Amino acid sequence: MTDAPLPTPRNSGWAHLVYVLRDNPVTLLAFTLFAFLIFCAVLGPSVVPYDPLQTNAAKSLQPPSWEHWFGTDQIGRDVFSRVIVATRLDLSISVAAVALSFVVGSVLGAIAGYWGGWLDAVLNRCLDTIMAFPLFVLAMGIVAALGNTIENIIYATAIINMPFYARLVRAEVNIRRDAGFARAAKLSGNSDLRVLACHIFPNALPPMMVQVSLNLGWAILNAAGLSFIGLGVRPPTPEWGIMVAEGANFIVSGEWWLAVFPGLWLMLAVFTFNLLGDGLRDIVDPRKRS
Amino acid sequence: MPAPSPRLRAVLLRCAQAIPVVIGVVVISFLLTRALPGDPAVYFAGIMADDASIEETRVAMGLDKPLPQQFAIYVGDLLRGDLGMSLTSGRPVATDLANRLPASLELTLTALLLACAIAIPMGVMAATRSGTWVDHLCRVVVTAGVSLPTFFTGILLIFVFYYLLGIAPAPLGRLDFIYIEPDHVTGFYLIDAALMGDWETWRGAAKQLILPAGTLALFTLAPVARMTRAAMLTALSSDFIRTARAAGLSGRKVLYAYAFRNALLPVVTTLGMVFSFALGANVLVEKVFAWPGIGSYAVEALVVSDYAAVQGFVLAMALLFVLLNLVIDLLYTAIDPRIGFDAR
Repeated sequence: MTDAPLPTPRNSGWAHLVYVLRDNPVTLLAFTLFAFLIFCAVLGPSVVPYDPLQTNAAKSLQPPSWEHWFGTDQIGRDVFSRVIVATRLDLSISVAAVALSFVVGSVLGAIAGYWGGWLDAVLNRCLDTIMAFPLFVLAMGIVAALGNTIENIIYATAIINMPFYARLVRAEVNIRRDAGFARAAKLSGNSDLRVLACHIFPNALPPMMVQVSLNLGWAILNAAGLSFIGLGVRPPTPEWGIMVAEGANFIVSGEWWLAVFPGLWLMLAVFTFNLLGDGLRDIVDPRKRS
Repeated sequence: MPAPSPRLRAVLLRCAQAIPVVIGVVVISFLLTRALPGDPAVYFAGIMADDASIEETRVAMGLDKPLPQQFAIYVGDLLRGDLGMSLTSGRPVATDLANRLPASLELTLTALLLACAIAIPMGVMAATRSGTWVDHLCRVVVTAGVSLPTFFTGILLIFVFYYLLGIAPAPLGRLDFIYIEPDHVTGFYLIDAALMGDWETWRGAAKQLILPAGTLALFTLAPVARMTRAAMLTALSSDFIRTARAAGLSGRKVLYAYAFRNALLPVVTTLGMVFSFALGANVLVEKVFAWPGIGSYAVEALVVSDYAAVQGFVLAMALLFVLLNLVIDLLYTAIDPRIGFDAR
């Protein structure tokens, strides 16, 4: 996650959070799952029972057992260890991508929303053009053009997510550009940049946090999809998309655990972020609660 | 009246708006072909190329000229339908894409029809019976639908229906080898086989299609259902519905002629976003089911660094998406009850 604080009202923020969580067990579940994922990402490699790259030809393609919870793959690697260790890589890719699009989108959107004019028009045209591509296909094209590396997966994911942030910030900044508090800040001698950064932009943060959370799930799906078709992460690095791709070859002969467990884990991560996004929206904007 | 009807004007205006978008798409796709690190000619000539063939590629692509002139050459090539040569198949990329496009379109359109056929009634039911099991089912499907990676759903469906139950055919393309391909009329096997009256082949093709289309439909179902539900709820709680009810219209007429027709508008607008997801997910589904469409063509090309093929695919997909969005918006003007209202 980015290090922006949780978007809570200033005074009774903590009490409100507790109230919402007690009221909505689903959001509590989302926060618990999120903590679990962070735990896997940070401590995963040091707590898993086997080395994720350790092959063992004598124990290839074994179904799940007490010894190997998620079974073993075609060259005897422990699927459970690989799935857990992969959490760090998958989360880092999506967090890096979302952070990048957050920053770039915020800067562009804030500039366009505050100064307007031709800058605004140009930015809108550019965003429209990006959105005119089917986004996953554009990501494929970008990775193909820039080269097949993990960094480029991050850049591609950041580029296709950027328009959402830029548009959100632009709208939020634009409606506050001439608000009373912004004019007051300007009159008391603050520069345009300072008013924009310290007075107007913070107002856009709550909806942005919701967007970040919903977006993280999508970014994970996107990165896993790209590695599923053979872009970015290379075997034998453990990564969910690539593990599902490798496991797919064995599913028609009945070795389901190779593809199913990484797939389920991927689903769990995406599900967590989607729930978290809905929960954050409830906290930030109680009127939109569905 | 001398002025064109408001509906026609809206249609023309919308078509004009597509032009700058197409220009933008062409510019980005040009930039993508030139953004390759190092010398693009080396990439486009392929891994096996020697100095002479690299030089040949450079001259053929105009890479020795300044950038604006390169762009002019690129646009000129595009206008003539020339997307370069594919290194793997040895044929022009445009021909390859044209050959494979019907397979992708058949898959995507079937999936979208399937998704709309399930999601729209589901959304309407969830909105009219809000709080019942239909509503809860709708919510579960929507949340699960957006969390499921398409490629994983596809693999799960293969496992259950092919391996465990044995009722689906092997996930290996559009038609089992025991059937003869129908004559090429539209390229859509279902339509071609029906035109020939060959129902045996039609069933074979439908059997192959149902799992990939179902996978894609599951993925696109969620946003459509969610939007239908929300739009129906908004429409049902608005004043004109209350007026219609107060005027004594039947429940059915209020629901379908008034609420549903208005609720369709935001749903049609979301379809644009849904298409974007569907075309992207299409690539993954085609890979899982070995579907011989343009998505799997691009994936194969990516693996062997066949750049002309990949960029041609990206451009083709983008143009297809722009076209689909245009069709959606035109549909929007056709069903929007407010357009042309003043003229009447």
